[in-house]
Parts: sequence; structure tokens; C-alpha cells
Amino acid sequence: MQNENRLLEFIKHFKKNKSAVLGFFIALLLVTFALFSPLIAPHLPNIQDLSARLIPPFWEEGGSIEHLLGTDDFGRDLFSRIVYGARISIMVGTISVSISLFFGLTMGVFAGYYGKWIDAIIMRIVDIMLSIPAILLAIVIVSILGPSLYNAMIAIGIVGIPTYARIVRGSVLAEKEKEYVIASRVNGSNNLRLMFKVILPNCTTPIIVQATMGFASAVLEAAGLSFLGLGAQPPMPEWGAMLADSLQFITTAPWMIFYPGLAIFLTVLGFNLIGDGLMDVLDPKLKAKA
Amino acid sequence: MFSFIIKRLLWAIPTLFGVSLIVFFMVHLSPGDPALALLGDHANKESVEKLREEMGLNKPLYTQYYLFASKAVHGDFGNSFKSKQPVLGEFMERFPATMELAMCAMILAIVLGIGAGIISAIKRYSIFDYGSMFIALAGVSMPVFWLGLVLIYFFSVSLGWLPVSGRLGYEFYVENITGFYLIDTILADDYAAFWDAFKHLILPAVALGTIPMAIIARMTRSSMIEVMKEDYIRTARAKGCSVFQVVMVHALRNAMMPVITVIGLMLGTLFAGAILTETTFSWPGIGKWIVNAVYQRDFPIIQSATLIIATMFIFVNLIVDLLYALINPKIRLS
Repeated sequence: MQNENRLLEFIKHFKKNKSAVLGFFIALLLVTFALFSPLIAPHLPNIQDLSARLIPPFWEEGGSIEHLLGTDDFGRDLFSRIVYGARISIMVGTISVSISLFFGLTMGVFAGYYGKWIDAIIMRIVDIMLSIPAILLAIVIVSILGPSLYNAMIAIGIVGIPTYARIVRGSVLAEKEKEYVIASRVNGSNNLRLMFKVILPNCTTPIIVQATMGFASAVLEAAGLSFLGLGAQPPMPEWGAMLADSLQFITTAPWMIFYPGLAIFLTVLGFNLIGDGLMDVLDPKLKAKA
Repeated sequence: MFSFIIKRLLWAIPTLFGVSLIVFFMVHLSPGDPALALLGDHANKESVEKLREEMGLNKPLYTQYYLFASKAVHGDFGNSFKSKQPVLGEFMERFPATMELAMCAMILAIVLGIGAGIISAIKRYSIFDYGSMFIALAGVSMPVFWLGLVLIYFFSVSLGWLPVSGRLGYEFYVENITGFYLIDTILADDYAAFWDAFKHLILPAVALGTIPMAIIARMTRSSMIEVMKEDYIRTARAKGCSVFQVVMVHALRNAMMPVITVIGLMLGTLFAGAILTETTFSWPGIGKWIVNAVYQRDFPIIQSATLIIATMFIFVNLIVDLLYALINPKIRLS
């Protein structure tokens, strides 16, 4: 009952934040595209039709309603590729954030809970990772593993670990001296239970906010790596890779540039807006610090 | 203060050691034999073995690391696999291009970001505030490479106002003195070349400066709003100071503390953006060089670039920390 009330209250506050609601609808659209791509997309993403090369969007001269946003240099339907690309973006965001979360949470909880030398070692590793700019670290990892979408996801996941580790460590440090933790310890809870069952559930707010924003930056970084040719490889309908293909057609087929980029931008914006809104609703103090 | 500096300097050592370990093991973690990678798949066994010997790959790992680290400390990062030139020389050749671009982007970001942040904070909840904060949020979500392409399409392809790529038109020649074309062209008294170099800089600098600008604008706004609530601001107003005086003299100075830290730490964002921006605009800097090195699996370049950039990063963070401590006694005394 209490949980239900809290959820209702959360929804009430979240609804008041117009930009967060906008973000929510953008995310909903993305998920719809991803789940129902075969139903929404009029064509298959990789089907080439050389007789329909470089057709402009339907509202421009020479465009046709069959290809809403036009076609690329292989005659593939741009709208369909963007719709199918939503699947890749959601996969990239989910897998990368899961990798970062799993390792970041574990490292942060151990560092915050045990303190002393364990904390020192873990935080040193975090410092080392943070001393290399994120995309450079991702490039280094991809150069070791080889360029592919899966390796890019792993690289982005690894790059995100230190941020979560720091946030979780800070929250655990603040929580672990509180009375409910001491009470649980007196009741006989062991360290693992204290860390993951007692303390961690009380540190979720900043983690949820970071995971939402982290989803946005994972999508952005993956698109960046694919744009550089180090992530998704052709003919995969990944938005960043589509932009890389479009470079040579900037004068003849500018629509190839506009729409895949717009898709990346809206997706990232949507999740950032939700993150911002969550920060407002869940923890206004956090917002003041950001 | 002295002990604070020493403590922070000592802290940097294990971090640098860790980075050097990552960079060193990079070659060993990647699949395939580096000697084979260097010579190509068709190389015969003897020449691969000879090269392994030369590269020291037959020695135990700790000896290899010792050799690598001691050479790196002396500025010797080996030669590029492809061009056979010393890596440090190649790095230094391209570094000014990246610095010039990054500095212009940063100046743009600071001027526009702080300006928009101040106006938003004073005219809170006005159309300007909502507008600029929405643009700021959009700026953070913007893929720089896409923004770059859109800018090229509008300002270079459609309007023909600005050049599409590169640092300077083919008709100009600049003698390399500082490596910064804006400065070198002035030193050479060649103002036509200066104007051309400036025009080449505009689009990449705008693309690269967008994200830092957005972050600075948001930071300035929230910091200004905090400061404007303080008692001393009320006192200044009560004394009869004009709004301009209150904002510029009393509020801004105090609101700038967190903004300065953010600006210092923005080097990473700038660098990440530079890799993508340089690829979009064919800007001959470090970013493009590293990406090409990854395509060619030119490990000495990737290794040295990572190590040099991480070292610069650590020291910039150190300087930011020290400056912060210098301004704010609470930190250095704690």
C-alpha cells in the first residue's frame, strides 16, 4: 500500500515536469520503433534497390511516398533503416549500462563499505580510468578487441564503470553509519547481506538517475565510435555508421545526413530529459549539486 | 599549502603508473603477434623472429615494461609501425592543430556559456531562461559529428560562406613557427592567410564548443542563482548598487568558483569532441591521427598518444585542484 502511494506521488511529481514528460514520450517512441520495427518499417533495412538510389524525401521534388525519408546510395529505405536502428540503440544502451552498473556497483559498494586499503585500491583504479578521456579509453579498448558493435558496447560499458563506482561509494559511505545498518548488524546480518540487501537499496536514487543519463551517453558514444568506423560495421543500420556512409553525399543527398543524426539527437535528448526530471522528483538536493 | 602540493603531486604517481601499465599491456592483450602485424601476414618466419628480437618481445614481461617505461620517461615512444618516424615527433607536429581548435572552442564556450548563464539566472523563468536552458540541454545531447555535418551543409555547401574542411586553403603557405596558424600568419604579416585560417576554424570550433558551452551555461546559471540569494547581495543592493554592479562585481566573482572547476575539468570533453570533430572536418590534429592509427593497428601511436594525453590530463586536474585550493582555503586546510 505504501509503495503504491509512493509510486502515485512519484507519477504526480513527474507529470508536472513538462520536459521530463517530453523525454518520456521520446523514449516511448524509441521503444515502439524497436519492438514493432517489422510492422512500422515499410521495407527491410538492408534490402538494396539500385534502381531507387538517392531518392529524396517524399516532400521534395523527385521523392515518393514509398520512401518517406528517401533512400541511400544503395537504394535502401532510410526511414526503415532508422526504425530498425532503434533496436540497436536500445541494445547498446541496455548492455553498456548493465556492464557499467554491474562492475561499478560492486566496486563502489566494496570500496565504501570496507574502506581502508580496499577503498584505496579500488578508488585508485577508478582514478586511473578517469584519467583517460572516455572516448579515447573506448578507442583503446576497441583497438585491442577489434572494431565491431559488440566490442564497442563492451568498451563503452567499461568506460562507464568509474562513474558508478564513485557515486555508489559516496552513497554507501553516507549510509553505512546510520542506525538501521547498525541495528541490522546487531541482528546478525553478515557483511554481504549488509552491503547488498541493507545498504544498497537505500542508495538507489543517484544510481537510477545516473543509469538514465548513462543510457543517453552510451547511445551517443556508440554512435560516435560507429561514425569513426570502430563500432557497428556496414551494412548494419546503426545511426552513427549511417552518418559515416553519408559523408561523401553531403552535396548530393543531404537527407542522408539529417535524419540518422536527428534520431541520435532525439534519443539522447529524451533520456537526458528523463534523467533531469528524475533528479528533480527523486532528489532535489542532487539537482542543486549538479 | 606546500604540503598540499606535495601530497597531490605524490598522488599523481600511482595514477600515471597505472595508465602506463594499461598502455603497455595493450599490445600484449590484442590478438595476434605485434611483429607479425608490423610485417604483414606474408612475412617469413626468420624475419618475424628477427623483429621480435629487435622489439624485445622475447624478453620477460617485466623487462619489457621496464624498457618501455624508462624510454617513455625520456620521451622515446618508439617509431610508428607505418611511417617509421619517431612517434613523439609526429605527435608534436599535430598537437598545435588540436590545441588551436580546442582553445578557440573553449573561448567560444566560456564567453557564450557564462553570458547565457548570467542572463538566465537574472531573468529566471523568463522566455530567455527557458529558451537558453533548453538549448543548453539540447547542446549536451548533441552528437558533435552530426552538428559538424549539418553546419558544413548549411554554411559551406548551401551558402558557400565557409570552407568545408582542413586548416588552410591550398593557395596559402604558412611557415610553421608556433604551429598555431592564427599566430603564424600574423607573424608572417600575411593577413589574407590569417583570414582564411580563421574561416577554416569557425565551423569546427562551433561544433566542438557546443557541449562545453551548454555545460558552462547550466553551471553558471545554478551557481549564480545560489549566490544571488546570499545576504551580501542584499546588502549590496541596499547600499544602492546598480544591477550591473551587483551582478558583475559582487555575484559573479563568487559564482565563478564551481564554474572554473568545471572549465578545468572540461579538457576531457573537449578532447573527446576533438577526435570526432577532427574526423568530420578533416582537421589534421591528434584526434584524426589516433583514429587512423587504430585503423592501421599502429600500436606505438595509440600507446604514446594515450600515455601523453593521460599525463596531460592528470596534470591539468592537478593544476585545477591547486588553483581551487588557492582560492578556497577550506580545502587546503582540511
